[in-house]
Amino acid sequence: MDKFTTLTGIAAPMPLVNIDTDMIIPKQFLKTIKRSGLGKNLFDEMRYTQDGKEIPEFVLNQPAWRKAEILVAGDNFGCGSSREHAPWALLDFGIRSVISTSFADIFFSNCFKNGILPIVLPQEAVDHLMDDAKKGANARITVDLESQTVTAADGTRFAFDVDPFKKHCLLNGLDDIGLTLEKSAAIDSYEKAAAQARPWV
Amino acid sequence: MPGPQNSGPKTLYDKIWDAHVAHEDADGTCLLYIDRHLVHEVTSPQAFEGLRMAGRKVHAPEKTIAVPDHNVPTTEGRDKHIDNEESRIQVEALDKNARDFGVNYYPVSDIRQGIVHIVGPEQGWTLPGMTVVCGDSHTATHGAFGALAHGIGTSEVEHVLATQTLIQKKSKNMKVEITGKLRPGVTAKDITLSVIGATGTAGGTGYVIEYCGEAIRDLSMEGRMTVCNMAIEGGARAGLIAPDQKTFDYVKGRPHAPKGAQWEAALSWWKTLYTDEGAHFDKVVTLKAEDIAPVVTWGTSPEDVLPITGTVPAPEDFHGGKVEAAKRSLDYMGLTPGMKLSDIKIDTVFIGSCTNGRIEDLRAAAAILKGKHIRPGLRAMVVPGSGLVRAQAEEEGLAQIFIDAGFEWRLAGCSMCLAMNPDQLSPGERCAATSNRNFEGRQGRGGRTHLMSPAMAAAAAVTGHLTDVREMMGEGVL
Repeated sequence: MDKFTTLTGIAAPMPLVNIDTDMIIPKQFLKTIKRSGLGKNLFDEMRYTQDGKEIPEFVLNQPAWRKAEILVAGDNFGCGSSREHAPWALLDFGIRSVISTSFADIFFSNCFKNGILPIVLPQEAVDHLMDDAKKGANARITVDLESQTVTAADGTRFAFDVDPFKKHCLLNGLDDIGLTLEKSAAIDSYEKAAAQARPWV
Repeated sequence: MPGPQNSGPKTLYDKIWDAHVAHEDADGTCLLYIDRHLVHEVTSPQAFEGLRMAGRKVHAPEKTIAVPDHNVPTTEGRDKHIDNEESRIQVEALDKNARDFGVNYYPVSDIRQGIVHIVGPEQGWTLPGMTVVCGDSHTATHGAFGALAHGIGTSEVEHVLATQTLIQKKSKNMKVEITGKLRPGVTAKDITLSVIGATGTAGGTGYVIEYCGEAIRDLSMEGRMTVCNMAIEGGARAGLIAPDQKTFDYVKGRPHAPKGAQWEAALSWWKTLYTDEGAHFDKVVTLKAEDIAPVVTWGTSPEDVLPITGTVPAPEDFHGGKVEAAKRSLDYMGLTPGMKLSDIKIDTVFIGSCTNGRIEDLRAAAAILKGKHIRPGLRAMVVPGSGLVRAQAEEEGLAQIFIDAGFEWRLAGCSMCLAMNPDQLSPGERCAATSNRNFEGRQGRGGRTHLMSPAMAAAAAVTGHLTDVREMMGEGVL
């Protein structure tokens, strides 16, 4: 997993609420057995016509946001299915951070496993950043994980919360499985005790 | 057993959580031990590949159960050949991974194959008090047994395969109580949709829900699975129902349920799995069962729920970001504010999915369809949740009722719930569906989905429009 430290970039505005994982990456692209290559199909049905032509009104098709690295989105982003293809598609497109008032639980967790930082901010802050996002390259946003701040184009800073363990893993690009395997002894002793207590499992 | 043992009254969730903490860091980050790991073909190939690349094994193959369901065609001959190349590759990858890593497996040729959330309980893999995960958000289904069950992403699938644990922090406790008794024609699906309608799709975010109250206790195990299945649609990590005699009766004698002395030992622990008097819930929602009507969805979010007697809302009926979302939904769904929901004409009926693909669901639909025929020109299909559900429905004569009514009688799988296989809607095609998501494009690009109970879907099949099933249930129901 790539580290996430700090990022200054163009943010794309997606004010729609309840953007679900079926919108982020429709099911026909889940047939892959790889993690890579999904960026071209990110938001596929919003981004392309049925015969594959770009829909010019869609934000990521507009010249200002074709190279967006941040999304500023409406409430409950990433709701729906557990498909990790959603963060894979965002990452492959080049999105490294998503800012919203709320995220669906599984999507939120999936982001951290892929070097993407999801940031929860209050409505006023998201509104402020949404205005910046609408200005494209004229109002770049800076995300700093170490200091847990998002800085708007006018210098306004918004602090955000992040789970300390998730922050540590993201800052250092750490592999969860490797970290857990360091605790193998605890897992082994749990299994021994559980086999006594609940032998039918 | 290691883990934090809080004194004082505990919720059901607290009890299951405490029994599964294998390690806890100072900041509350835990390794939660996983008793059952269910695996399907779509969210697992990258996880198995990750194991191979790191030279790792599956930590507990005997606790890992794999079955192809999302992608498989529901027509005959699929055990010999799957036309779609990408689908075939995914199913073949699962075949190979199951074999190479030695996990329990139900291939497409096995009569026990079906939707992973139907197969798990049916085979007795799912038991009260367990932790159950799967790379699928509808894992919440298993909560009906008083098991802590939730969906995970593919990286977490790999983590569970490698370590049999998940890195977790505890969620908050939420109680959803349904008091009193349901009225005739109102089902578990109407309960779960009505709860989402009341709380919104983010109302449960950060919580584990425990469903309780007389109307929940009165439900069969199938109905309880329907309720818990859609906990995720309300944003919750998991939904739970305390096990009781109905649960124990359902589990007993299933292939992987404990037997003999182990059954007795299990039973005595299972009987302790309830929320203690005075235990703390961070949020409480109460609905009266008698206030719940047969409902349908009108929009493109499962929170867009209304009684079938209602009318299509206008964007101005909402506030905040939902105004724009409602505008977009109405446009996508091709609906005009003010029109009666029961005037909405449909093209297709889909009965199936992990929400409503169990035997009781097929019985409920068949009861409405018996002696009737679907509206001419309609496409209607039943996709049983498993090969065993299908066989039982054939034995009970339900299959014949569906066939006589003009339904296609398919093989088991996820099918048109998410339309990864050939069962899809065309642009503009409108479907009465017993599945769980009405998102844009969910059942096929441009497809329009109205969610409802199996009985309501059967009623719509007969009339050709969304219909109050109570009108077909004879005198005295309405």
